[in-house]
Amino acid sequence: MLTAVETVKLIKEKKLTALTALENCFKAIKERDGEIGAFLEVFENSARAQAAAVDAKAETGKPLGRLAGVPVAIKDNMAYAGHRMTCGSKILEGYVSPYTATAVQRLIDEDAVIIGRANMDEFAMGSSTENSAYKKTKNPADTACVPGGSSGGSAAAVAAGFCPIALGSDTGGSIRQPAAFCGVYGLKPTYGLVSRYGLTAFASSLDQIGPLTSTVEDAELALSVLAAHDPKDSTSVKKPALERPFNMKGLRVGLPKEYFSDMKGVSGEVAAALDTIKNKLRSAGAVTAEVSLPNSVYALAAYYIISSSEASSNLGRFDGIRYGSSVKGASLADVYRKTRARGFGPEVKRRIMLGVYSLSSGYYDAYYLKAQKIRTLLKRDFDAAFTKADVILTPVSPTTAFKLGEKIDDPVTMYLSDIFTIPCNLAGLAGISFPAGKSAAGMPVGAQLLAKPFNEGLLFNIIREVERAA
Amino acid sequence: MKIEKKDVEYIADLSRLELTGEEKELYSAQLGDILSWMDELNKADTSKVEPTAHILGLENVLRSDLPEPFPDREAILKLAPQRELDFIKVPKVIE
Repeated sequence: MLTAVETVKLIKEKKLTALTALENCFKAIKERDGEIGAFLEVFENSARAQAAAVDAKAETGKPLGRLAGVPVAIKDNMAYAGHRMTCGSKILEGYVSPYTATAVQRLIDEDAVIIGRANMDEFAMGSSTENSAYKKTKNPADTACVPGGSSGGSAAAVAAGFCPIALGSDTGGSIRQPAAFCGVYGLKPTYGLVSRYGLTAFASSLDQIGPLTSTVEDAELALSVLAAHDPKDSTSVKKPALERPFNMKGLRVGLPKEYFSDMKGVSGEVAAALDTIKNKLRSAGAVTAEVSLPNSVYALAAYYIISSSEASSNLGRFDGIRYGSSVKGASLADVYRKTRARGFGPEVKRRIMLGVYSLSSGYYDAYYLKAQKIRTLLKRDFDAAFTKADVILTPVSPTTAFKLGEKIDDPVTMYLSDIFTIPCNLAGLAGISFPAGKSAAGMPVGAQLLAKPFNEGLLFNIIREVERAA
Repeated sequence: MKIEKKDVEYIADLSRLELTGEEKELYSAQLGDILSWMDELNKADTSKVEPTAHILGLENVLRSDLPEPFPDREAILKLAPQRELDFIKVPKVIE
């Protein structure tokens, strides 16, 4: 499978056509997606038309975009005009987007080819993609294992070589955790860097769109296209990602003592892979420093209160009136209750009810307000840590990919797989998951680097240095 | 922490979700488990801490309240489960 950078280069040099690049993807998908299940739908016709248009441009000598002919998969929670979008939910069965998400449009404007929609946990709620109402996605490294979630289809598509770039969304780790489980790169950009216009909202104070790729260069290329101010998203920031002079020598890498000195629940293989990365960072000239994130023990519970509260409000729009599936009822409220009962799956119902409970009279202070105060404490922890360190190194998930069915009946255990990725969203940081080796069983292990807002460039540079030190 | 069946019924009503008897049992156990785990938060002293609703301290974004034409009205209207001409039909709202 060609990377995005290679594809663009070959197409610009006229050594490859966009149609050939696309047909190669379709061939890989036909051969193996029956087994993997990364895609909910492949957009064969529109993708071929897009690729042909790119080739026509190349033919006539018109300037080509920065993603000329690059096949890209989008998570099934992003709008693409004239195409179906379900968010992995039965409540949106048959929905056809009337408009295109800004992130998707920016890819199209740079001549990328949108090849299909990738499977996901329903409304991005989950860590294994098993909460999809449509199908189970398998981990390409071992099909008995989950690909992670919620952007499991996106991660599996890149890992299986179906496409060089897939878009995901990350509310508490939904790009980085599946990237780690599948052995690819997953970037959660700084909150506000990429427009969410056209992304189905889950938890608006946390959601962010980002790329999953097979190289760090492709992640950088994708972000350079995606990051831009958008007047249609009021949380979209005007300042671009920072470009700072970079020197690996003396770079301070923070190791949170709560994660490293007492790696509770972290498997030996994940801990060993992190040690290797630490050594590579040191041999590349970086220094490591202990930092402390004492309030991170509360991050997971605070996250589930905040994200579920926001979700209970955001998902109020799915009521069977304006779009989506609908069940007839005796009254308006009856239509709502029946439509939502039939349309939502168990995890979504559980989180809506949890959110409604946290926001309800008598419990608001104890849960929602408390969680928001914890968020302040966590932000202070990171502010203090970033005075001692330029970046922070952590595991992505405590273990490698688990077996299908292993955690689906135990919500709290499932939630624990996001323990290291959640603080980044709560604090609005930039975070990236990158491959850090394999377990004895051959399963990918990921490592996570966190940086202050708008320091994505620093993350890319460090990973390049780590890989050179290999 | 235990969530009684009547509490689940109350939350489900606020959530606009019709639950089966089986679901009520399931969620009263599961929500109870999740909430007991969340009670861990009480160990953190937040007595002098301000809440954070939004991480970047965003400013208000204002624009003129002017309508813009949508390129494909029909694409929106045809999504409606029940439609009459250019209207979306809903059950009777006012008694």
